[in-house]
Amino acid sequence: MSQRIVPTVKRRQIIELSESGRRMDGRTLTDYREVTIQTGLVEKAEGSALVSIGGTKVIAGIKFEVGDPFPDIPNEGVMQVGAEFVPFASPEFEPGKPDEVAVELARVVDRGLRESKVLDTTKLCLIPGKKVWIVHVDVYILDHCGNLIDAAALAALSAMLTASMPEACIEGDTVKLTGKRLPMPLTDIPINITLAKIGNKLFVDPSFEEEEVLDCRLSVAFKQNGMLCAMQKGESGYLTPEEVLRAVEIAKDKSQEIRKKVVESLKLNCDKVGEY
Amino acid sequence: MTTFFEPRQLVSPGTLLAEGNYQSGFNVYREGGKYYSSMVGLADIRNNVISVIPLRGCYIPQPGDVVIGKVVECISTAWMLDIRSPYQGVLFASEFLSKPLNPLKEEARRYLDIGEMVIATVMAFDRTRNPSLTARDHGLGKIHRGTVIDVDFTRVPRIIGKKGSMITMLKKETGAQILVGQNGRVWISGKSRDEEAIIAEAIRKIEAEAHTTGLTDRVREFLVNKRR
Amino acid sequence: MSESKIERLISEDGIRCDGRRLDEIRPIKFQLGVLKNTDGSAYVEWGRTKILVGVMGPRESHPKHLALSDKARVEAYYRMASFSVEEWKSPAPSRREVELSKVIREALEPAIFVEFFPRTSIDIFIEVLQADGSTRCASISAASLALVDAGIPMRDLVASIAVGKVEGKLVLDVQDKEDKAGESDMPMAYMPSKNAVTLLQMDGQITHDEFLQSIELLKKGCIEVYKKQKEAIESHFKGAVSNEEEA
Repeated sequence: MSQRIVPTVKRRQIIELSESGRRMDGRTLTDYREVTIQTGLVEKAEGSALVSIGGTKVIAGIKFEVGDPFPDIPNEGVMQVGAEFVPFASPEFEPGKPDEVAVELARVVDRGLRESKVLDTTKLCLIPGKKVWIVHVDVYILDHCGNLIDAAALAALSAMLTASMPEACIEGDTVKLTGKRLPMPLTDIPINITLAKIGNKLFVDPSFEEEEVLDCRLSVAFKQNGMLCAMQKGESGYLTPEEVLRAVEIAKDKSQEIRKKVVESLKLNCDKVGEY
Repeated sequence: MTTFFEPRQLVSPGTLLAEGNYQSGFNVYREGGKYYSSMVGLADIRNNVISVIPLRGCYIPQPGDVVIGKVVECISTAWMLDIRSPYQGVLFASEFLSKPLNPLKEEARRYLDIGEMVIATVMAFDRTRNPSLTARDHGLGKIHRGTVIDVDFTRVPRIIGKKGSMITMLKKETGAQILVGQNGRVWISGKSRDEEAIIAEAIRKIEAEAHTTGLTDRVREFLVNKRR
Repeated sequence: MSESKIERLISEDGIRCDGRRLDEIRPIKFQLGVLKNTDGSAYVEWGRTKILVGVMGPRESHPKHLALSDKARVEAYYRMASFSVEEWKSPAPSRREVELSKVIREALEPAIFVEFFPRTSIDIFIEVLQADGSTRCASISAASLALVDAGIPMRDLVASIAVGKVEGKLVLDVQDKEDKAGESDMPMAYMPSKNAVTLLQMDGQITHDEFLQSIELLKKGCIEVYKKQKEAIESHFKGAVSNEEEA
């Protein structure tokens, strides 16, 4: 872990600017940066998505693998989320073992997807108790300009929403691939929204320079029906309970806005999701 | 102006102590005109200053403190001393030897080796650099004989006693030399090893029973019985 | 699975499988100063969850290049003993343990006056001996007592508890059975005298209304835990109160 030095001049500047509801990059406190989603970039993956939020760039890829189920859920497939920090994404990243930041990122993204039941893992069983589909969702951070959690969650989701799964046929105890593709058993479009607390203000979609000076952050994931499905406070500051309530309120609004964006740019037929 | 504690009441971090126009002393912090404890200890107010006498904690050097340090590292012209604090003390050769030390010609370890102990005073400390020590004054310097024991540093005031009452009694009863370092180390130099062991035991007793009444008399009695 | 075989976790009249009401916490017993080799320690029995916490520091940072020049570096190490759960668990830290170590540290650090001890380390070692739900909450609550025992200056004690949704109902202080079968789990850490939330996580599905109710329930639960923490401090140090007039 490298030493984080808080640029105090910048912190003061950001706080004072926020008094009048503005931010260094011209946004208001509740503005999200521009989101772009490009899918299908990696043909060898079952699904992939390159997502940018402002300057932040993240790519996610989905791979299917035949494997063993977990003993406690023998008839369900397995979804596994990983996060890799590519060293060129930030001077702070170092090659090698994923550190706690990467582990937290992956687990927060994982919870948002898993708890919303975006993927119906009961449909991923091949031979009950013996063979199931393992779905690897791996997120690579390519350029770190702030709010990696939302970017990673959005990339993982977009890759999943546009993926197709291999068709398999079972012959005795062996799994054979037919070479055909099947649609993914999807049930929801969960959206994660992160806010930073700086001073006594809440900032939607924090930029890198805002993250450098933040007190703490709160990420909240919402299902399509408006239910909360995951939450994570991060970094060593605190929020008052009142701030928590306000953050969730704002995040709920924002999640609808971002979901609309996802649906539009992926040209999703919303009715389709949840039909499988 | 209100205080929310009885004198010598046990408080812990976050306990609201007072509201209004006071000053915060040791282990008390102020937030929005309110005073809170930051430590487990006994709350106290004197001359409008609210403080908490700590019951636990580590030694933080203060200029002027007499401490007993153990040499843990020799660097060309200085020694690093463990003083039972988060910060190691630095003892420069010029603050220990009466003549300059030329690191090219002789090794610092010749004068003071790793593991040896020194009585020193803290010259300066501000937490950004290690505390600098001096051992040049009278009564300071390398320990050549006697016993050194570690005690809980929060018990140091009790071992010394009010206006030195306890330590004076210990010395008078036993005729030994005793020095209590502010950092929770005590040097005892008595007539014999047995004698030193008895004094060490008496100090352990003070440490364990620090918060009881009539302790000085009980320790005197203990010494008389043991040395009979 | 037939309907009759499903074990109900909450009875008709709102009693949970271990006899508690919906908003009732388990018996919690904290104990300070249980280890000799640490600067501070605490042990907690929280229902059947049993956790030992040891604090080392503030002490010189090792390796030195990790030291921070303006404050103490706080690290938490949350580990589960291999025998603490039903199935043997590898002693190597899992990704869950890595993440929990991070959020536990971030829950405690706002309480500590880290700026008092630049260039030092404060290490918080947490060993879960038996896990029966809410281990992160029990760890945080016990760790803040271990920090008190180490004499590390703090703004407040950090109290922590979790709310879960079980069979459609919000329940306070989730035990393992409820966690596994429940629809959601939401742990929170809170400094009551600062009105500060220092840990907040949630997984599962809850409505916005349930979220609002959960926050209220969590605050109430944290204050109950806080009381138990204060009682443990009282009983550990009560011997010190009687007298110090000679000092």
